[in-house]
Amino acid sequence: MEKRVVFRSAWLPYALVAPQIAITIVFFFWPAVQAGWYSFQLQDAFGERTQFVGLANFAALLTDENYLYSFKVTALFSALVAGAGLGISLLLATMANRVIRGALAYRTLLIWPYAVASAVAGVLWLFLFAPSIGIITFALRSLGIQWDWVLQGDQALLLVVIAATWKQISYNFLFFLAGLQSIPKSLIEAAAIDGAGPMRRFWTIVFPLLSPTAFFLLVVNIVYAFFDTFGVIDATTQGGPAGATQILVYKVYYDGVKAADLGGSSAQSVILMVIVIALTVVQFRYVERRVQY
Amino acid sequence: MKLTTLAATLAAAMLCASQAQAQTEIQWWHSMTGANNTGVNELAAKFNASQSEYKVVPVFKGSYPESMTAAIAAFRAGNPPHILQVFEVGTATMMGAKGAIVPVAKVMADAKEKFDPKEYLPTVTGYYSDSKGNMLSYPFNSSTVVFYVNKDAFKKAGLDGEKAPRTWKEFVAAAEKLKAAGQECVYTTGWPAWMHIENFSSWHNVPIGTKQNGMGGIDTEFRINSPLHVRHVAMLGDMAKKGLFSYSGRRNEGEARFASGECPMMTSSTGAQGTITRTAKFAWSVNFIPYHDDVKGAPQNSIIGGASLWVMSKKPAADYKGVAKFFSFLSSPEIQMFWHTSTGYVPITKAAYELTKKSGFYEKHPGYELAVRQLTNKEPTENSKGLRFGNYVQGREVIEEEMEAVFAGKKDAKAAMNDAVRRGNDILRKFEAANK
Repeated sequence: MEKRVVFRSAWLPYALVAPQIAITIVFFFWPAVQAGWYSFQLQDAFGERTQFVGLANFAALLTDENYLYSFKVTALFSALVAGAGLGISLLLATMANRVIRGALAYRTLLIWPYAVASAVAGVLWLFLFAPSIGIITFALRSLGIQWDWVLQGDQALLLVVIAATWKQISYNFLFFLAGLQSIPKSLIEAAAIDGAGPMRRFWTIVFPLLSPTAFFLLVVNIVYAFFDTFGVIDATTQGGPAGATQILVYKVYYDGVKAADLGGSSAQSVILMVIVIALTVVQFRYVERRVQY
Repeated sequence: MKLTTLAATLAAAMLCASQAQAQTEIQWWHSMTGANNTGVNELAAKFNASQSEYKVVPVFKGSYPESMTAAIAAFRAGNPPHILQVFEVGTATMMGAKGAIVPVAKVMADAKEKFDPKEYLPTVTGYYSDSKGNMLSYPFNSSTVVFYVNKDAFKKAGLDGEKAPRTWKEFVAAAEKLKAAGQECVYTTGWPAWMHIENFSSWHNVPIGTKQNGMGGIDTEFRINSPLHVRHVAMLGDMAKKGLFSYSGRRNEGEARFASGECPMMTSSTGAQGTITRTAKFAWSVNFIPYHDDVKGAPQNSIIGGASLWVMSKKPAADYKGVAKFFSFLSSPEIQMFWHTSTGYVPITKAAYELTKKSGFYEKHPGYELAVRQLTNKEPTENSKGLRFGNYVQGREVIEEEMEAVFAGKKDAKAAMNDAVRRGNDILRKFEAANK
């Protein structure tokens, strides 16, 4: 017997999806189209004079070495955040999956950071690592390490990577744990009887079976690193020092909101949009083929 | 019985309401926090109590860039505030928006309020006037950068706490002694570009940019890669390498490090005095910023920072009379003295300065007077009147990025200042194109 709901009415299905479509149009398509339109314009801050400048905004961006540098920073930052976030959470999930006593308590604690807002997470790490008053700075100094991210770009990048990763680990952990729990115990036991060690069992059985989860998380983490880390960066380094932590999305905000350069900022968001679309397509076309569902 | 009370209350309430309606509200968007916010609210309350026709309503709209963005959005939506507080680096952007603002000189003339620009300090008004001398915005909170010294730390290092270094040569010598005495942080600064490029230039009477630092036209170019600028930035880079200069960040982060006693020397805004007075557990002094004594004519005078009040367009014509009255009120010596002594911002009229002097306030707080003396050290020149660069929010950022590269030892000063000029000029050209 087939259970299927059939709408007899011609308009009801459209009415039911209308709110969702309306939201998508108002909050996604409309701004995207507007950004596209503004990216061809040169405007003063108050919008009194508008000129159509064609591709001048894009040309200016692509010849601006700082903008190109921002690409490198973003690529490095996203790779580090996604890599570290996935690696650490996979390790934690594997460990937590084995714990029998107090499992719930561990899991709850590991999920906790996810509830913290990015800006708050940023401030938290900012205080821990503050160049003159931070506790960790103090500890590092006693070990002979000069910690001064206000001036040292690589340290600043490390700081935002740590803060951004810490925030995302919980989310990844949840998915990995669920993935691990859905792997049949019998498979692993069979391998163990055949004499496979724990490492071998993990890499030949568990990891391939986890690959759909890992792939999904890779996409989510890269999107997270590209966009959602804005709060962390704004609360800590604000793109500095000397642009060392200025990722693309932060530059869009800075140029558009603080510097009131609407055309340049819109051109950047158009470029960013193209990048994310391209990345997602690449991921689904090439990486997904290697994933075993 | 109860009914009559109720009726009376109602009648009274209605009376109040009708009175409130008769008052014209003047919206004032600002970015003042802490003690300064209290000051703003007191100013509005005093003005509202002084007359009944207008009611000034101060609204805190976030940081300077935030309130400016909010006003831009409100203007685009057709409902800007009457008065908007804009920081000094936004001046060129506001000036360029000719349809969005009403020059203060015009507001005062239309309302027939008494207004004489000559009563104001020239370094303050020069910053906010057009090339013909018409005041465009009302200088509200003006500060300048001064040199703070921890006298106790000086004594401990065998230096004379009463004699702060006057020149950069003396400064470096003192820094070395402090370092030798075991100070981990010796010198730090707030607002690096404002101190070491903008005020440095005016203090040594050298241009920051062509066309009188941009005041003569928007086709200006930066000139901060001169041998003197390069030499100064190189000196700072060298001090950073030797551990004599600790960089704290682009805003006022350094102030806490001075107030806590960590860094015994600091250059930062006069506005830091309130915080330092409250937290410092040592004797300290406020001094003129150092200068290079081999530069002819130095020291000239320092320039201001802070913000001014812009009058926005698109409001009912009658409202502007209230705005003019409010500005007249703000200019009165008593009100100026109140604002100056409670916040540390400089008084903007000569009369207010004299009044504060006469009250004996400066004997107890010499730092407050020092800022005025530094600003008026000499008659301002084309190089020391102020600056006006388009999109300077971005421009200053570029300069600070390049300076940071020098302080971190990643770039030499000459290359960094050349890059700052090149990148800064690109921003200026873009502004010129958008404001033709």
